[in-house]
Amino acid sequence: MTAAATKPAFSPKDDVTELALRDVAHARQPINYSRWLMWAFTLAVTLKFGWMVANNKNFEWHVVGQWFTADSILRGLSVSLGLTVVAMVIGVVIGLLLAIARMSDSKLFVMLSSLYIWFFRGTPLLVQLIFWYNMSTLFPQVTIGIPFGPTLASWNTNDLITPLTAAIAGLALNEAAYMAEIIRGGLLSVDPGQIETTQAFGMTRARALRRIIIPQAMKSIIPPTGNQLISMIKATSLVSVIAMGDLLYSVQAVYNRTFEIIPMLMVAVLWYLLVTSILNVGQSAIERYYSRGDKGRTVATAKPAPEAEAGMAVNLGDAR
Amino acid sequence: MNAQTISQAEPLVKARNVHKSFGDNEVLKGIDLDVMPGETVVILGPSGSGKSTFLRCINHLEAMNRGSIQVGNEQIGYELRGKHLRKLSARAIARQRRQIGMVFQQFNLYPHLTVLQNIIEAPVGIHGESRQAAEAYAMTLLQRVGLKEKADAYPRQLSGGQQQRVAIARALAIKPKLILFDEPTSALDPELVGEVLATMKDLAEQGLTMVVVTHEIGFAKEAADRVVFMDGGYIVEQGPPDEILVNPQHPRTRAFLSRVI
Repeated sequence: MTAAATKPAFSPKDDVTELALRDVAHARQPINYSRWLMWAFTLAVTLKFGWMVANNKNFEWHVVGQWFTADSILRGLSVSLGLTVVAMVIGVVIGLLLAIARMSDSKLFVMLSSLYIWFFRGTPLLVQLIFWYNMSTLFPQVTIGIPFGPTLASWNTNDLITPLTAAIAGLALNEAAYMAEIIRGGLLSVDPGQIETTQAFGMTRARALRRIIIPQAMKSIIPPTGNQLISMIKATSLVSVIAMGDLLYSVQAVYNRTFEIIPMLMVAVLWYLLVTSILNVGQSAIERYYSRGDKGRTVATAKPAPEAEAGMAVNLGDAR
Repeated sequence: MNAQTISQAEPLVKARNVHKSFGDNEVLKGIDLDVMPGETVVILGPSGSGKSTFLRCINHLEAMNRGSIQVGNEQIGYELRGKHLRKLSARAIARQRRQIGMVFQQFNLYPHLTVLQNIIEAPVGIHGESRQAAEAYAMTLLQRVGLKEKADAYPRQLSGGQQQRVAIARALAIKPKLILFDEPTSALDPELVGEVLATMKDLAEQGLTMVVVTHEIGFAKEAADRVVFMDGGYIVEQGPPDEILVNPQHPRTRAFLSRVI
């Protein structure tokens, strides 16, 4: 063994030209005919399909173009986006509280949080929205007071529940249940040694969560949250059933009048696709930010996050 | 060191009759130990002897079942009010722990923060120091552990030995009156153990109060003021390193040392 290591690189018996040919550094890829064939086939089918869609008179592309940036459509789009943002923010905040409650030492908090998640995950969102919208038939008055004691304030439910508040309540409270489980999973993924370290250094629980635990949990919270956000954009189309003027509702308003059903739905489809594509880009930027400190990464990668946020804000601004 | 409320003759750590069980498994069966201010106490013993558990009881990371440990004039996790001992809230316990530094076997640096941010996290966030002062002190500490040029690196870009030296600097940054070392070199490759031990020896010479749980007999010999040998949940023997390590009295100490050296 040791003798082999001290040998010269080439022994006199070696065929030097053959060894040069055998050098793997110059090896060529095998020609893969089946791969080329698959590419060609896929390309042909895609082109044919694109050609069919583009030339199909029934799609009425001129109608799509005419309505794509119409005021009523853009107003509907801004309602959809606004609802998404508001419901998502409220959902994340409540979800975080639920996750922390579910992981706390208090049996009461664990039980309440589990009960909430059980109920809101276990019933269809559409039904929840309709319930919120019709809340006044169940509870005509909303009252703040001490149970079985004096009343402090009271409102008429019909004044509180408009399509907007019903939509926000329905979407946000439902989202919170899902976000709670996503955030809990993220918090559980953090090394227990980190939590112990924050305790040993005398950090309060709140500060440990904010500074140490949540930033590390983000890496596993972001991808499913991106999923949720995209689901939420599409879920906002459900609010059209409670007469909320979102993107789908404004599209329906047009085709109920003009009967251009397919082109108007294409307007909505293209907008939904556009917005979700932008969000995908934003999501990868945020993921890059939270994986800083991973092996091989340098300080420079800490930059993309502000850009990503700015990018999303600009896009939302354009849409309105 | 600034003037302390405790007099020099009072022990900084006073453990009495400490018992701890995990389920049916009794790990500590009555530990009595004093650690004087400025003293370096090295706890040796075979795996499973309870030495790490005892160390973790000192700052209440592990709640014990019987007995008491006082650190200075505090009993971490509890408060004596009149004739009743009360358990404290998490917030109050956090406050009590602020004067105790700890170095872990797995380093436990915060991976999403740079070396410098790791060190100033507690001084700025918990002790309310200004960022500027904390950073300046952090840089002197980094110089002391020989890692000044790594201030902006992330922990995962460092070797294990470097990470542990940063962890030591992080523990020093809170200007602790006591530092606990929980097997600080056990997770390191053999060639990296030396640099960490050298840093710790340096601290021992500067008169820091340290309780060190380790397997490194060499470190005990060179840096300890007192060696405590634990086995089976008891302190079997303790004394100056020259006596315990050179001429142990108890057969179990002798058996352990002959296996390790």
